[in-house]
Amino acid sequence: MNRSHVDVLVVGAGPAGLAAATAAADRGRRVLVLDQAPEVGGQIWRHRDPATLPESARAAIIRARASGVVFATGATVLDAASPTELVIAFGPRTDRVRADTVILATGAVERFLPFPGWTLPGVVGVGGLQALVKGGLSVRGQRIVVAGTGPLLYPVAATLAKAGATLLAVLEQRTLGDLVPFARSTLGDLAKVRDAIRYRAAIGRTPFHHDAWVLAAHGSQRVREVVLRLGSRETTIACDWVATAAGLVPRTDLARLLGCALDGEAVQVDAAQRTTVPGVLAVGECTGVKGEAAGMLEGEIAGAAAAGDDGPARTLARRRAQGIAFGDLLAETFAPRAELLARATPDVLLCRCEDVPVGAVEPAWTARQAKLWTRVGMGACQGAVCGPACTTMFGWEVPQVRAPLGTPTCGAWHAQLTTPTDPPAA
Amino acid sequence: MNRDVTITIDGVPRRVVEGDLLAAVLLSHDVTTFRRDTHERPRAPLCGMGTCYECRVTVDGVSSVRACLLPVRDGMRVETGR
Amino acid sequence: MSRPDVLIVGAGMVGAWTALVLAEQGLRVRVLERQFAGAGSTGAAMGHLVVMDDSPAQLALCRHAMARWQAIAPSLPASAEYDSAGTLWLAADDAEMAEATRKAAVYREAGLAAEVLDAAGLRDAEPAVAPGLAGALRVPGDAICYPPTIAKLLLERAVARGAEVIADDVIRAEGGAVHTANGTRHEAAHVVIAAGPHSSALVPGLPLVPRRGHLAITERAPRIVRHQLVELGYLHSAHTLGGASVAFNVQPRTTGQLLVGSSRELVGFDPGPNRALLGMMLERAIARVPLLARLRVLRTWTGFRPATPDALPLIGAWGDDARLLVATGHEGLGITLAPATADLIAAQVTGRAAPVDPTPFAPTRAMPAVEAHS
Repeated sequence: MNRSHVDVLVVGAGPAGLAAATAAADRGRRVLVLDQAPEVGGQIWRHRDPATLPESARAAIIRARASGVVFATGATVLDAASPTELVIAFGPRTDRVRADTVILATGAVERFLPFPGWTLPGVVGVGGLQALVKGGLSVRGQRIVVAGTGPLLYPVAATLAKAGATLLAVLEQRTLGDLVPFARSTLGDLAKVRDAIRYRAAIGRTPFHHDAWVLAAHGSQRVREVVLRLGSRETTIACDWVATAAGLVPRTDLARLLGCALDGEAVQVDAAQRTTVPGVLAVGECTGVKGEAAGMLEGEIAGAAAAGDDGPARTLARRRAQGIAFGDLLAETFAPRAELLARATPDVLLCRCEDVPVGAVEPAWTARQAKLWTRVGMGACQGAVCGPACTTMFGWEVPQVRAPLGTPTCGAWHAQLTTPTDPPAA
Repeated sequence: MNRDVTITIDGVPRRVVEGDLLAAVLLSHDVTTFRRDTHERPRAPLCGMGTCYECRVTVDGVSSVRACLLPVRDGMRVETGR
Repeated sequence: MSRPDVLIVGAGMVGAWTALVLAEQGLRVRVLERQFAGAGSTGAAMGHLVVMDDSPAQLALCRHAMARWQAIAPSLPASAEYDSAGTLWLAADDAEMAEATRKAAVYREAGLAAEVLDAAGLRDAEPAVAPGLAGALRVPGDAICYPPTIAKLLLERAVARGAEVIADDVIRAEGGAVHTANGTRHEAAHVVIAAGPHSSALVPGLPLVPRRGHLAITERAPRIVRHQLVELGYLHSAHTLGGASVAFNVQPRTTGQLLVGSSRELVGFDPGPNRALLGMMLERAIARVPLLARLRVLRTWTGFRPATPDALPLIGAWGDDARLLVATGHEGLGITLAPATADLIAAQVTGRAAPVDPTPFAPTRAMPAVEAHS
């Protein structure tokens, strides 16, 4: 395939992106899927050996390939010459790809809320540690505390247990009572119940606490011990890893770069997954965290729409709405508690890229104000880590992003900027 | 099955599994300081998925490479702690 | 505060310096700012404190301004990122070396240190610059700073001297009064419009257009550049009103990052960016400082310089009515000239002698005809 022009360009090879790509390719469109990671699958379907994937994941990947979808992994979107002409770093080479339709399936990132010691080596995300383990990190015999919120805790803890880690404790910040409405709503979903039971079994005798979170991590060159609040008591335990985060947040940096409007922290879309920018659709977690099933549904709607078929948008409308409702329930159930925010005392770092402490900012400011006055958000991550924290802690607006994404070298990016646009393929 | 290859970490040759993520490989070899912040404090991976930029190391002379996005290949030269 | 003596619209570098100078002189000052100190052009600016001599008037104003900056520098905190790095004006050929020599003489006559470096001297002063240039003019008294934190700090100092800062969006101005978006009317003996390129929305007929510039900033790296580096050809590209242009301009920040500029276009307030122009700007920078090619770009942004047809700022009363004054139109010298602007405004408001002849900056002066936009 001529990589310079495709019919549909999908950014993100997770469940939603794969579904979108397949739906478009099934309808005869030339589809290219990009992903930053070395393998397809996104976060939830990360794997080295496909045999370890759940059947649904393996099937989705095989389906996509069989439909003629072309994949480019290790590919990072740097910039956009226009919303439907993206500048992409394929490893060391930078190239431009023009598409009739761009479908953003950029997924979610973890929300990291600052606490004393959170910048110590060995303090990682919940999904972060799972990604590293799936990437080859050996945790056999390592003492790990997992502290977070939401359904992600279970599969991650199970992964760690199966990898031979010494799982010291799994902590959910919400109380059991907080989870009742959520549990009630998912009881009818047999697949989810089956998964929950399987994960619970894998975790075995590891203590699972509710109303519990990390208070502080201690160590010098890396974390050595962690202070935990477990319900009404506090305890300090020695450990090698602290895997902690405060749930998931849509990853919208590329959407913002393309000028797509947000709805809160998510990309705003209509019932056919169209963003506010013509030619750009968005699906899956980046439009609101709601799980892989909803993402695959939205992918099908968008992929079909990109191929001119509005059928799925109509026939799947009800299930789409149910997925969104589930996402709302997730957000409400697992919202970070005020006590988590209170851990961010004045000398705790707020912006890790620029080493700006919490005490340097005033809650009454805006994100842009804090950026210009204290450098919060001025670093390489362009607010990917501190942005969600500041939104939760202070109610600040989602920070703006500026081209380029992905920190290309001046030499690589300038070469791209001065390359004339290819004429459209005949 | 992925084959074993050799990379150097801060000058020391190591046998690693081709295709493993460099960040995972470095952590498995007890590298705790991937980069240093403006106060010279050690930093290491946080997000594991290329968005936090804490895992930046120098690979084959190129600085600020995100180790969590890079599969290891034979002959890779990695320098950490900058 | 009872009716202020002076209402200042805009808390950018010019507004902040003006507030401080007036408050220090005992006047009742109220500043109206619709976002936050330094949110406009000040927040996008390069922070290059530089003496320029396109005209005797400009040189006189710059010289006075630099003296004010040098005096305040010791009291600025680390967040001001003040660095007396000096400027190197790079000369590409013999013609530009002659220009460098001419400028050096003019600067020295004005009491400013300046030396001409030949190619070898340039290599010593800046090893990172690619060979092939004829030499450079070195102006050691120039400096670099970080404008937003300085604007914030100066405003805080003004408040400590009794000034008042109110968050409000001025939509109309007249002699002695302004009207804001929420319907409030503020009155004062004098109104000073220091709203950068947005000043023309408040003062119809002001000979002002926004001129867009691009900047790119790199990651941190061990310091490879010691001075702010500008090409002498910069001067010519800065003063044509029509068309787009780029000029080599590279600045070392105290953080260890390199800030790369510069470009000029007339596109209204379109935030852009213009990627082709950005590419040309980076290409020029890499040609002069090859090590730049390997540094990573963290982000780029655009900003709007308030530009006038004759390249001199607008400082003083608008028409006969000394109750309405403007303080804008500094093009690329807004940060540099802010303290001098404040001193001229203060002189006009208090009736005291101005430190520099204000006549060339009179806002109602005759202007050359403006070329059509490209």
